[in-house]
Amino acid sequence: MSDILSKIKKANLVGRGGAGFFVAEKWLSVAKALESKSADNKKCFVVCNAAEGEPGVMKDGCILEHYAARVIDGIKIAIDFLSAERAFLYLNYAYHKKLNKKLASLIKDAKIEIFVKPINSGYIGGEESAILNAIEGKRIEPRLRPPFPTTSGLWGRPTLINNVETFYNVSLVAAGQFKNTRFYTISGDCPFEGVFELPDNLTVEKILKQTDNFPKFPFFIQVGGNVSGEVFNAKQLKRPASGAGAITVYSRAKNDFKKVVKNWLNFYVNESCGQCAPCREGIYRLRDVFMKEKIDWRLFNDLLDNLSDASFCALGAAAAVPIKSLIKNVYHEKN
Amino acid sequence: MKKINLKINGRRLSCLEGKTIMQVAHDNGIEIPNLCYHPDLPVKANCRVCVVEIVDRKNLATACSTPVAAGLEIKTDSERVKRSRNLNLELIFAEHIKRCPTCIWRFNCQLLEYAEKYKIEITHFSDRKSKRKVYKFANAVEIDGRQCIDCRHCLDVCNDVQKINYLKLTGKGIDQEIVPASEHRGLPFIGKKAKPADCIYCGQCALHCPAGAAQEQSHWHLVEKALRDKSPLPPFVKGGKVLVAQFAPSIRVSIGEEFGAPYGKIMSGQVVAALKKLGFNYVFDVNFGADITTIVEAEELVARVKSGIPPDKGGQRGVLPMLTSCCPAWIKYIEFYRPDLMPNLTTARSPQSHSAGLIKTYWAEKMKINQKNILTVSIVPCTAKKFEAGRAELKIRGNWPIDYCLTTRELAWLIKKHGIDFFKLKPAASDNPLGESSGAAAIYGATGGVMESALRTAEYLLATARDTVCLEENKKNKMSLKAGHGRVEFKQARGLAGVKEAVVELAGKKLRIAVVNGIGQIQPVFDKLNDYDYIEVMACPGGCIGGGGQPIPTTKEIIKKRLEALYKIDAGASVRRAHENKEALRALRWLKGKGKLRAQVLYTKYRKKS
Repeated sequence: MSDILSKIKKANLVGRGGAGFFVAEKWLSVAKALESKSADNKKCFVVCNAAEGEPGVMKDGCILEHYAARVIDGIKIAIDFLSAERAFLYLNYAYHKKLNKKLASLIKDAKIEIFVKPINSGYIGGEESAILNAIEGKRIEPRLRPPFPTTSGLWGRPTLINNVETFYNVSLVAAGQFKNTRFYTISGDCPFEGVFELPDNLTVEKILKQTDNFPKFPFFIQVGGNVSGEVFNAKQLKRPASGAGAITVYSRAKNDFKKVVKNWLNFYVNESCGQCAPCREGIYRLRDVFMKEKIDWRLFNDLLDNLSDASFCALGAAAAVPIKSLIKNVYHEKN
Repeated sequence: MKKINLKINGRRLSCLEGKTIMQVAHDNGIEIPNLCYHPDLPVKANCRVCVVEIVDRKNLATACSTPVAAGLEIKTDSERVKRSRNLNLELIFAEHIKRCPTCIWRFNCQLLEYAEKYKIEITHFSDRKSKRKVYKFANAVEIDGRQCIDCRHCLDVCNDVQKINYLKLTGKGIDQEIVPASEHRGLPFIGKKAKPADCIYCGQCALHCPAGAAQEQSHWHLVEKALRDKSPLPPFVKGGKVLVAQFAPSIRVSIGEEFGAPYGKIMSGQVVAALKKLGFNYVFDVNFGADITTIVEAEELVARVKSGIPPDKGGQRGVLPMLTSCCPAWIKYIEFYRPDLMPNLTTARSPQSHSAGLIKTYWAEKMKINQKNILTVSIVPCTAKKFEAGRAELKIRGNWPIDYCLTTRELAWLIKKHGIDFFKLKPAASDNPLGESSGAAAIYGATGGVMESALRTAEYLLATARDTVCLEENKKNKMSLKAGHGRVEFKQARGLAGVKEAVVELAGKKLRIAVVNGIGQIQPVFDKLNDYDYIEVMACPGGCIGGGGQPIPTTKEIIKKRLEALYKIDAGASVRRAHENKEALRALRWLKGKGKLRAQVLYTKYRKKS
């Protein structure tokens, strides 16, 4: 096993995009996919996902702003490891505007190409297989799995896709400087919104307290992003901030049930790519049902279950998460 | 491939690794409903109607896209599956306005079938798309956005199979819509050299649409009205019309499917009987017209080949390769995309135009009917034929040879709508004298068929050193016919390969031929055009038996069965060469010396379209 792979394995690196996949496992599966190809057919690609399309997550932008050299280094390590043809830095439009020059000077003559996330690609434009479509110039929406990007990604070649923070961590691990920290984005009804670097095993409660953000009013939180994160009440804070490491604080006084759910549904109706029936039609009907004076709860729940059970991609399935958990953990909470 | 064991609905099954759950279920008689699955197209898994439960997996899986694995335990009808599947069906139904009473897809509608089977309320949700546009492409095909269920088959066939790139998908989420390139500014221009796209009316979108959103523009109601208003026979009432139907070579082997017959059942007699029962006064077989086409086309081919005296010997080559012209979608393609090749197209009209032209001239004179009092309806496997029938350059003495074109599906719909029991009909023969035909005509419906028919007659012409087919019924004719007896079958032209190439020797003359099976396969032939003398192109995969107006479903497997049936007709025919069809020769004899009329009935010209 190569040096870097064993280091990553030893550090137990977990992907920081949100799905929490083991980094070593992903790298290995790309390497394995390459092994099975003939000698003249070993082309492969690396993609760094800096789309950061989830509202309430800002850490990739922060990392790029302060530690861009580390991120580029991490990408280069991946290119070397796989002898990759090229890497793409799939970059959020706003970050590109702000950091383009700096990134370009860091990349210099490395085989890294900045690909600006198309401005109209929306939420789905950050889904990893939709990124492949974007780079290939196809309609921006998720691809059917299998095959997975690790075996058949960009132009059908094995492709490694990792998040900005993951590449940052890879660079640290390579240099022996990884300290088991991660970047948390805290936002919402709290005094100190922003990105904080803290140990990766802290509970939500500790994170809020250490950043002086623990609310003194009735509240609930959403972990993992403003639209796809899971919702918990104030008694459920002894858990890690998993996924993309975002914590959003909602004041109960300011955020009534109807308003929050309506916002989410409006977001998803606008952002669904339209590929599959449960998401395209289902979310539209969910909003319809929800906006009625008398809500048909049975139908509402069936539509939600159908989203998590039968959607084409993980984003469709994730759309049901905040609503279901809000109902379970907040709306039905016994005080 | 490895054999594995798994369980579906408690049944232990063994199957080959690499198949999908849908395939394995189907192989074992377990039907899983689906709307966005077509065996010839890539799996898209977007309708989510084929969801199944796999024990120990978190989410449901789509049977169409999930490969089987050893030890899987699959449930296709659990409560969880039912709830999800039925909900997805309801959601999809709400995308589709119901115009069932006049929808020719009604008797075959998968949506209605599933609604009944799974007891689904099709109006659970309000119609979402009732304000969508209907896009009409000439008079041939339409895409009704109000009925579209977003399966995207039409995109796949138009862009990836036919490679026309006329249909685009715009918008996202609930705003997603299929639009023609003409409506989608900017996008049809891909790359530097790309030209704007235009529809060729092949109707493959309609053939692959599971919801009747892409359909032929229907003309059955006009025909129905004409049948109601027709003149009683005899005597002809003033203003009343004599209704004449003619049916294309490939209809007879496909229409049975609409009534549940096995694939590839030959039903010529029932087609005639059904048309008579619907009220047509006369029914002719377009196979007769196909024999005329073969003769005219073979004569032209021989003329073009013969004029090929090498330039260094002072001769001038006839324009080669010669291209077939029976397929109206191919003609539209040439006129729009490759007008530079218009001189290569044979000037022969298509079979339906030849027979309809003769009906309104030759037959009309025989029957002493004013051609203006004849109304011809052409039953075709094709949507582009509707467009062809409306071409002004095909007019004869100022009249259209064909008044209406109906697809196979439209005819089947009329038969069902009028309560005619198709299988109980007593088979009838088509009317004479335009009823006789050769085996060469029968195979016009298959890819390579036009080529093979023309080669049979061209060989006769070359072997007997004639420029034209002998029209006299005398000894010389019989002898010369004999002289041409070399072989009948040109197997090089047969089969479902994308491009079929061969060098055939006709009476010592070597001819380089190519048969293009589906317009999407054309590029390699364009790339070396000068390597050929004669090229047949059919826009639809399989030829007319896979035409845009054929019964749904049409798949490669089904096309194969229809194809076999056509070759069976040919093999069993007493006359297998077009120029041995005595009635065809008689009609051509009648035309001889009729100058302008002869030209109008037999030949056509082409016009650049932009």
